[in-house]
Amino acid sequence: MRDRVIFGGQLLFTALVAAFLIVPAILSMLAGITVNYFRGIGSGLTLQWVVAVWDLYAETIARSLLIAIATLAATLVVGVPAAYALNVRGGRFARTVEEVITLPLAIPGLAIALALLLTYNGFGDFRRSWLFILTGHVVFTLPFMVRSVMAVLSGIDVKTLDESAASLGAGPWRRFRDVIVPNARPGILAGSLAVVTLSLGEFNLTWMLHTPLTKTLPVGLADSYASMRLEVASAYTLVFFLMIIPLLVAMQLLADRPGTPERS
Amino acid sequence: MSFFAKPVPTFAGHARGLSHRSFLRLCLLPLAVVAAAFFLLPMVKLVIVGASGETGLSAYAAIVTQPRYRATLINTVLLAAATTAASLAIATIAGLFLQRHRFPGRAVLVAMLTFPLAFPGVVVGFMIILLAGRQGLVGELTSRLIGEKLVFAYSIQGLFLGYLYFSIPRVILTIMAAIEKLDPALEEAARALGAGPWAVHRDVILPALVPAFVASGAIAFATAMGAFGTAFTLATNIDVLPMVIYTEFTLSANIAMAAALSVGLGLVAWAMLALSRSLTGGTIAAAG
Amino acid sequence: MSNSHGVSLRLEACAKSFPGGSRALDPVTLAVARGETVVILGPSGCGKTTLLRIIAGLEAPDAGGRVFFNDADVTKVPIEQRKVGMVFQSYALFPNMSVAENIGYGLKIRGIGKAQRAARVAELVKLTGIEGFEHRRITQLSGGQRQRVALARAVAVQPSVLLLDEPLTALDAALRERLRSELDRLLRTLGITTIYVTHDQAEAMALGDRIVVMRNGAIAQIGSPREIYFSPQSRFVAEFVGAANILEASIENGELKLPGGRIKLGNGAPAGAVTAMVRPEAIAIVPPERAALCGRVDAVSFVGDRARLIVTGAADRPLVLSVANSTDVKVGERVGLAIEPDAVRLLPGDRR
Repeated sequence: MRDRVIFGGQLLFTALVAAFLIVPAILSMLAGITVNYFRGIGSGLTLQWVVAVWDLYAETIARSLLIAIATLAATLVVGVPAAYALNVRGGRFARTVEEVITLPLAIPGLAIALALLLTYNGFGDFRRSWLFILTGHVVFTLPFMVRSVMAVLSGIDVKTLDESAASLGAGPWRRFRDVIVPNARPGILAGSLAVVTLSLGEFNLTWMLHTPLTKTLPVGLADSYASMRLEVASAYTLVFFLMIIPLLVAMQLLADRPGTPERS
Repeated sequence: MSFFAKPVPTFAGHARGLSHRSFLRLCLLPLAVVAAAFFLLPMVKLVIVGASGETGLSAYAAIVTQPRYRATLINTVLLAAATTAASLAIATIAGLFLQRHRFPGRAVLVAMLTFPLAFPGVVVGFMIILLAGRQGLVGELTSRLIGEKLVFAYSIQGLFLGYLYFSIPRVILTIMAAIEKLDPALEEAARALGAGPWAVHRDVILPALVPAFVASGAIAFATAMGAFGTAFTLATNIDVLPMVIYTEFTLSANIAMAAALSVGLGLVAWAMLALSRSLTGGTIAAAG
Repeated sequence: MSNSHGVSLRLEACAKSFPGGSRALDPVTLAVARGETVVILGPSGCGKTTLLRIIAGLEAPDAGGRVFFNDADVTKVPIEQRKVGMVFQSYALFPNMSVAENIGYGLKIRGIGKAQRAARVAELVKLTGIEGFEHRRITQLSGGQRQRVALARAVAVQPSVLLLDEPLTALDAALRERLRSELDRLLRTLGITTIYVTHDQAEAMALGDRIVVMRNGAIAQIGSPREIYFSPQSRFVAEFVGAANILEASIENGELKLPGGRIKLGNGAPAGAVTAMVRPEAIAIVPPERAALCGRVDAVSFVGDRARLIVTGAADRPLVLSVANSTDVKVGERVGLAIEPDAVRLLPGDRR
C-alpha cells in the first residue's frame, strides 16, 4: 500500500514538472491558430495569424534557413577534414586543439559577439552582411560537428583502413573521399542535424551581431514578443516549432540507432 | 610546440602528388584559419579593449569593487545557484522515478521533459509569459479561483522559472544516464544488510550520483550565468550580468566596461565547465 | 554438529518464470539443516543464482512456492527483514565508505552504538585477516582483499543464513585456490547455515557438506561430495563433476562387452544395453597378455602429479586414463586395462 502511494506521488510530481514544460508550448501553438486568444478555442481556428507571420517575417525566415545551410556547409568543409586529421594525430596536440575549439561553448554568446564586433567593426560591408552572422554561427557550431565526427572515427580503426587503401594505390585525397568520409557518415549526419538545429535557434550571438537588414528567425521572435499581439507571436513560435521538431525527432532516431555517437 | 614537430605515425611513402603529412596539414588549415580569425583574435581583442577604458586595468576589478556591478554579480550568482539546486533536486526525483519504473506513457513523459532542450532563451521567456504573464494561464486560473490575478512573469520569480525551464531538460538527461549506470548489486547489498528505502537512498544511491550532480550542476550553473535571451524577453528590471553587459554596450556605449565584464563572465563560465569536463569528459552546450 | 549456528532452511516447490515467458527455475524442493554448508553447482544459466536470490528474498517464487526459515514461512518477508548475510559476485562494496564503515554498515542500520560497532568490526577484521586496512577506501584494495571485506560485512550482523554468489569467480586461479581453503576454514569456524553457488566443481567438493547439482532450472542430483563423485545418477552429473569415460555397451553374463574385451561387473548387473561410466583414475595399466580388456596408447601427457593417457580400441570411443606420473608407456604401445567391478557405475537414462 505504501509503495502505491509513493509511486503515485512520484508520478504526480513528474507529471507536474512535465506539464510545466509542455503546457506553455502547447498553449503557444494553439494561440497561433486561434482567432482570439482571450476568448479561447471557442472563437474558432484560423490560419490568419500564420499568414500574417508570413507577410511580416518571410524574409527573416528565409534568411535563417540560408544561414543555417551556409553554416552547415562551412562546418562540413572545415570540420570533417579537421576531425580526421585530429583523430590521426592524436596525443596532446589533438586534445589541445579540441579544447580550444570547444571554448566557444563555454563562453557566453554575448561575449563572443562582443569580441567579434570589436574586431570587425571596421570592415563595414562584411559587418553589415549576413556573412557576419554566419561567422558567429560557425564558431559556435563547429565543435559539435568536429566532436561528432571524431567520436565515430575513434570507434573504427581509421589507421588500418587508411593503410589498406594506400596499399591499393589510393592517394590521401582519394582515401579521404572514398574510405574515411563514408565510414564517418553517422557522425557527419548527427553533427549536421545538431548544427542546423543550433543555427536556427541561435539568439545570444545573433542579437548582438544583427542589423535591421540581417535579422534571423529568433531575432524576429524577440521582436514579435515585444511588439506584436499574442496571436502573431504565438503563430511565429509555431512556425519555429514546426521547423525544429522534425530535426529533433531525426536526431533522436539517429541516436537510438546502433553505431551512432552519443550526443555529448 | 611546433605544429609539425611530432612525426605522423604511419605513412613513410608518398603517392604521386600529396604526401600524407601534407594532406593532414591541409585538413587542419581551414580550421586554423577560422579559429584564429573568428575566435582567438576577437577574444584577445576583447581582453585588450577591456583594459583600454578610462580606468584601465582596474575595469577588471570593477566587477567586485563597484557596488552596482557587485550587486549584479551577486544577483546572478544567487539566481544561478538557486536554479542549479532546484533543477538538480527536481531532476533527481523525476529521474529516479522514470528510470526505476516502466509504465505505459513513460516514453511520452521523458520526451516532454527533454523536448525544451532546443528552445532558445527567447522562446523560454515567451513560455513563461504565457504561463505567468498578464494574460497568462496562471493569471486566468487564479483570478477564477481566488479572485485575484497572479502575475509574476516579469519579476524575479518569473526569471527563476524561466531559468528552471531551460535547466531541467539539460540536467535530467545527464542524471538519468547516471542512474542507469548505477550498480544494482550495491543497493541489494545494502538491503541485505537491513537498510530500508530511505537508508538505501541516503547511503548508496545519492553518494553514487554525486559525480553526476557536480558535472550537470556545473553545466547548469554556467548556462544560467551566461543566459541572455530569457532575461531579455522577460524585460525584467532585475539586473543579471549578461543584461548589464548588453546595456553597457548598447545604451551607455561603455565599451571597455562591457568588454571587461564579458571577459569576467566568460572566465567564470569556462571554469565551471572545465570542472565538469574533468569529472566526466563531456559537455552540453550552454544556450539560454 | 556442535558448532552450528543460524537457521534451518526449507524450500517448497519454488519456481521462477520471468515476464518474457522464460523459465529460470522449475519447482524446487530443498531442505538444509542448521549449520550445514550446501553448494549449488551447475553451468551458467542453470538457475542456481535465481535459487539463491529466492532464498535471499531478492526474488519472489512463483505462486505456490514457499520459503521457510526454521519452519517460519518467510516467503513474503522482504530481504531487509530476513537477516541474511549475502556476498555478491562483484562484492558490491560501497565505494563511498571505508573498509571499516562497509563492515559496520549492517550494524549501523540496526542501531548498534559506535563503540560496540567498532569492537565487532575489529573482531571481524582479525577473523578475515585484513588488519591494517580498516581506513582504506575500497578502490585501493586488491581483489582478494575486497572479497574478505565482503565476507566480513556479511557476517558482521550474525545472519541466520550466509549466501555466497560465486565469491571466488572474479579472482585469478592461484588466488582462488588459496582463498578457497581460507574460506573453508572460516565457514567451519563460523558454523552458520551456508548456501554457496558456484560453477567450479573443485570448489563445490572442497567446501560443501552436500552438493546440489543443477541443470536447466532443475535439480539433477543432491548428495555428499563422495556420493556425487562416485555415484552420479545421470550422464550430465557424471561429466560435470570430474572427468568421466562414458561407455555405451551391452551386458552379457555379468560382463560389459566392449570392442577391446570385457569388464567383469559386480553381482546383480542387469542384462542388455546400458550406459556406464568409469573415472579415469580407476583404470590401471597391466600387461596386455593376461588382460581381459586391451587397447592401444594414442597419446601420453605428463601433467605433473599424474600422467594422462588416451587409449583407443578398448571401448567405442577413446578412453581417458589418469595414471601415476612414473608409468612408463609409449605412444602406439598395446596395453591391458584393469578396472574394478565397483568402479563401473551404471547410469540410468538421462533425465533431460
